[in-house]
Amino acid sequence: MRVALFLTCVNDTLYPDTGRAVVKLLTRLGVDVDFPMAQTCCGQAHYNTGYRHEAEPLARRFADVFAGYDAIVTPSGSCGAMVRELYPRMGERARAEGRGDTLAATLAPVVPKTYELTEFLVDVLGVTDVGAYYPHTVTYHPTCHGLRSLGLGDRPRRLLEAVKGLELVALPGAEECCGFGGTFAVKNPDVSAAMGADKVRNAESTGADVLCAADNSCLMHIGGTMARLRTGMRPVHIAEILASTREEEAV
Amino acid sequence: MSGTFVGMPAFPVAAREAVGDRTLRSNLRHATRTIRDKRARAVAELDDWAALREAGKQIKDHTLRHLDRYLVQVEETVTAAGGTVHWAADADEANEIVARLVEETGESEVVKVKSMATQEIALNEALEARGIHAYETDLAELIVQLGKDRPSHILVPAIHRNRGEIRDIFRSEMSEWGRPAPEGLTDTPAELAEAARLHLREKFLRAKVGVSGANFVVAETGTLVVVESEGNGRMCLTLPETLISVVGIEKIVPRWQDLEVFLQTLPRSSTAERMNPYTSMWTGTTDEDGPRAFHLVLLDNGRTDTLADEVGRQALRCIRCSACLNVCPVYERAGGHAYGSVYPGPIGAILSPQLRGTGSEIDASLPYASSLCGACYEVCPVAIDIPEVLVHLRERVVQGGPAVRDGNRVVLKPARGHAAERAAMRAAQWAFTHPGALRTGQRLASRTRRLHPRTLPGPGRAWSGSRDLPAVPAEPFRDWWQRTHGGKGGAK
Repeated sequence: MRVALFLTCVNDTLYPDTGRAVVKLLTRLGVDVDFPMAQTCCGQAHYNTGYRHEAEPLARRFADVFAGYDAIVTPSGSCGAMVRELYPRMGERARAEGRGDTLAATLAPVVPKTYELTEFLVDVLGVTDVGAYYPHTVTYHPTCHGLRSLGLGDRPRRLLEAVKGLELVALPGAEECCGFGGTFAVKNPDVSAAMGADKVRNAESTGADVLCAADNSCLMHIGGTMARLRTGMRPVHIAEILASTREEEAV
Repeated sequence: MSGTFVGMPAFPVAAREAVGDRTLRSNLRHATRTIRDKRARAVAELDDWAALREAGKQIKDHTLRHLDRYLVQVEETVTAAGGTVHWAADADEANEIVARLVEETGESEVVKVKSMATQEIALNEALEARGIHAYETDLAELIVQLGKDRPSHILVPAIHRNRGEIRDIFRSEMSEWGRPAPEGLTDTPAELAEAARLHLREKFLRAKVGVSGANFVVAETGTLVVVESEGNGRMCLTLPETLISVVGIEKIVPRWQDLEVFLQTLPRSSTAERMNPYTSMWTGTTDEDGPRAFHLVLLDNGRTDTLADEVGRQALRCIRCSACLNVCPVYERAGGHAYGSVYPGPIGAILSPQLRGTGSEIDASLPYASSLCGACYEVCPVAIDIPEVLVHLRERVVQGGPAVRDGNRVVLKPARGHAAERAAMRAAQWAFTHPGALRTGQRLASRTRRLHPRTLPGPGRAWSGSRDLPAVPAEPFRDWWQRTHGGKGGAK
């Protein structure tokens, strides 16, 4: 099976540790993972801000870059949802605009092959115990697009529960949005900040050291809020926890 | 606070005030969370909820697709049952029709059943200008009217008020409108309800004209349906001699049997009840029973324009349950007034810019009043994909494009104020289609990272006013990959 890592532009630029963790984790599980260098961005920010037409070349590029792989794995619920839920919709809209089936046909092949990391682990590789060790108290925040668009369900929780040394504590109001929402965070900064502060207070109330999620853009907002509110908690991507071992422990 | 929404500022500005109002935040948090949890329990009781939701969606979609036919059928069946049907293209026409009908009775006051359609057209204000007093009889609408306030929720329009505030409003305002509040009124729910009951009873018994909306109009029988909890609706619908109902054209269901779906989904979604206490149904007029004259005013007011939009038309399925408001994290913090419309919350953010167009500052900002978390879609009993419509309307705001306004095909220009954003989006698109340029930018950011501030000045404060900026790593992932996996990754 030819497996490609679709890291996402945010992770590539700001969170390379998450990328390295995915490579380490998949390699440990016997997957030969490739990183096609021509990859850039799925177009989610463009699409969700109202620039669908500007997102189309990025979607076409994605389909082209990842065409030759059997599976495309991404450590981002929202970018995964962009491909799986919104690429088909982009194709339909182009058709409705009288531009024919070309876009839909170009994008269709990558849609069913794209997996969010925890889906790939649980559904494709069939593992929940990935042999990880992470001796910390962790609370898990299910990010909205992973939860509602992709339907990740209890996959992340099952993976975390199997991690040695990890104590998983429930997050009050877990299914409520953290307030990031892409450009929402800067277009409606006051509401976004209020939602973020509530999320962080709920996380603090658990007594956990770490808030874990499967999407670094949400964690950028939550982590930035944690730092500003001086909570002492830290945000960690689930890939880094799952990649952590006794020999090579993640922070 | 004025009684109408004219000249509202953009959503982010209005929301800032609400976010800083601790009493409001606490009132909204308490109220929305209570009803949110109750709704979840009420819905979980039904094992065929998903099927009911799908059926509701299908019935509404079918009706909207054949609305021309069903509207004519409604006119026929209502007329045959002794009612009179009036057609109103917009708010002004509807208000004129209602005012004229009231004037023809010789009366100068009406009692009202809670109605979103009459709020939408600002009927009370229009009647007042003609010397006709309209009395709201729903408890929460009464609180809003007495407080010279605006509604902030579809189902519970005084949700932003707590009991102490309500007691104060009753004490100071009731005497202006009729029977004063009892001496020594406290803020216990029973006393507040009793004060409202006494105040309203004299109005019910005196009024000769009732004004209502309707939750449903059954095309095959010409029956109107009002679903309510307090019994004030039943009083207004049965006691007056003349009944005038203002109803949006999307409220039609084809068959009597279709009600079996909505009478299950609406109460559970709105008040979290299995069945609401009062369901009033009437078909035209009946000798020696109820109103002698019945008028149905069918209201368009932007609905036909909305129906013309392939993506946006699903908003017309809405049955005004307000489950999306109660579950929305943005609504909970911004409050209903920030939406600048009688339709607040997620459904308001897609309805108002369609019914009114995206021309005003507030309407152009509403599609952005959401983090696209999807909780609204999840709870919607008629499966309106609100995030999909929000994104569609964002596109209309920033890119313009074809739309229908006042029945005419138009090509909208992009809204003002998005030039910098558009430029940034295009620049990002260019970089993302030129990986070499992207990489140069990433490396530049990494090499200068020690110089990066944790907070930003000017517009950057929108982020860093409440959040630290992320630290830029020493190298982007792709550089690490190339260093460590040099020969690989050449698939493209």
